Amino acid sequence: MNIRITRYYYGDIPEEKGGGAGASADTAADWPLWEVFIRSKQGLDHKHVGSLQAADAKMAIENARDVYTRRSEGISIWVVESKYIHASNPDDAGAFYEPANDKVYRHPTFYDLPDELKHM
Amino acid sequence: MKIQQNYKLTTVSATANNNYLWDKLKKRAMSVQELEKIFQHKVDQEIKIEPKDWMPDAYRKTLVRQISQHAHSEIVGMLPEGNWISRAPSLKRKAILLAKVQDEAGHGLYLYSAVETLGTTRNQTIEDLHSGKAKYSSIFNYPTLTWADIGAIGWLVDGAAILNQVMLCRASYGPYARAMVRICKEESFHQRQGFEILLVLSKGSPEQRAMCQDAINRWWWPSLMMFGPKDGESTHSDQSMTWKIKRKSNDELRQQFVDMIVEQAKILNVTLPDPALKWNAERGHYDFGEIDWVEFWNVVKGNGPCNKQRLEARRKAWTEGAWVRDAAAAHAEKRKARQQDKAA
Ligand SMILES: [Fe+2]
Ligand SMILES: [Fe+2]
Repeated sequence: MNIRITRYYYGDIPEEKGGGAGASADTAADWPLWEVFIRSKQGLDHKHVGSLQAADAKMAIENARDVYTRRSEGISIWVVESKYIHASNPDDAGAFYEPANDKVYRHPTFYDLPDELKHM
Repeated sequence: MKIQQNYKLTTVSATANNNYLWDKLKKRAMSVQELEKIFQHKVDQEIKIEPKDWMPDAYRKTLVRQISQHAHSEIVGMLPEGNWISRAPSLKRKAILLAKVQDEAGHGLYLYSAVETLGTTRNQTIEDLHSGKAKYSSIFNYPTLTWADIGAIGWLVDGAAILNQVMLCRASYGPYARAMVRICKEESFHQRQGFEILLVLSKGSPEQRAMCQDAINRWWWPSLMMFGPKDGESTHSDQSMTWKIKRKSNDELRQQFVDMIVEQAKILNVTLPDPALKWNAERGHYDFGEIDWVEFWNVVKGNGPCNKQRLEARRKAWTEGAWVRDAAAAHAEKRKARQQDKAA
């Protein structure tokens, strides 16, 4: 049996005249970076989901919609320019959180109560 | 006073104290070796490494190389498939393919963002692709010649990528692992839509069945190559395992892929183009033939059927998109100025 398969060479086979005269080492600086927070449903907190670049806040929100909510993952989006986020220093974590380490009595399990005690 | 401590709480504060001790040590100007020891200890304990944590230079470099290569693969991978969006056989298939290609753009973004957390600018990363310094997966240097190729890519190429990406969900670098989790959630539709394309073709006319088989014949070996060189010849493998960037070797993943695909091929009623493919009861795996490593290295080095064309397409898109990026920046400036005027 002779079966002919048509293979389409248009578009997807090397052509001599491929265009693209070498991208320049780039002119413009990167757009600012934005952190994206999404509320997945009413009643839940906004949660950090990632970051993206955008020229301004409006574009950041639109891009965030396209990138992070393609499968209805959100009903509300916050964006904030990354440079405005201030963070604690992980190198200081030990000393910084140390005051809480020895306060085991802040946890309910610290209190040894009789088993008969219910609903507490 | 004697304090009765809950077991769990004791453990928690023990680790916390440990961290505290480390930090104290660090303050006493730790040597790189000491810092490296602490770093490896964290990795061994499955504590994720986050952007601001200390990490060895080589770890950072390896991540930048691997994640950017991965990001470029997502972006360049849009080209062979994008080629078929306008030619897909029905509106339904067009919409599905469009959604898949859009997902791949998103995957590229998640990964570019992960690279940024390591201190490399986005422009630099993209420039490295355009200059040919950075690599991307060689699979995308093969052409998509028929509609069945889109099915074969979804089934085999996304299938192979998924095995790798599932492993990477547990990578030691937090931003990379989180990007992978997001990506994996989206990937499974990619493989399923590809398989479905082939399933429909495999039940079609003799021509359609032949087209299905032809595509599989062409994509099978390049898919096996996606897992990279053999274990003995892979340069970065051992170190990546120690750092828990990778958790399975190239050959392990490749075997996993073969075992999975052989079974799925039965449902399609197609053959895989490898006479050596045979169940090995002793090993509990399928044996398979030797990859053409000459071809593999050839394509890696830039001499595949479409290497030149792919890079040119990326460069062209970047150059031709420059005015859009500039216009958006100018528009943002103008709007900011207008707002300031209003406030004044
Ligand atoms: Fe992807
Ligand atoms: Fe995919």
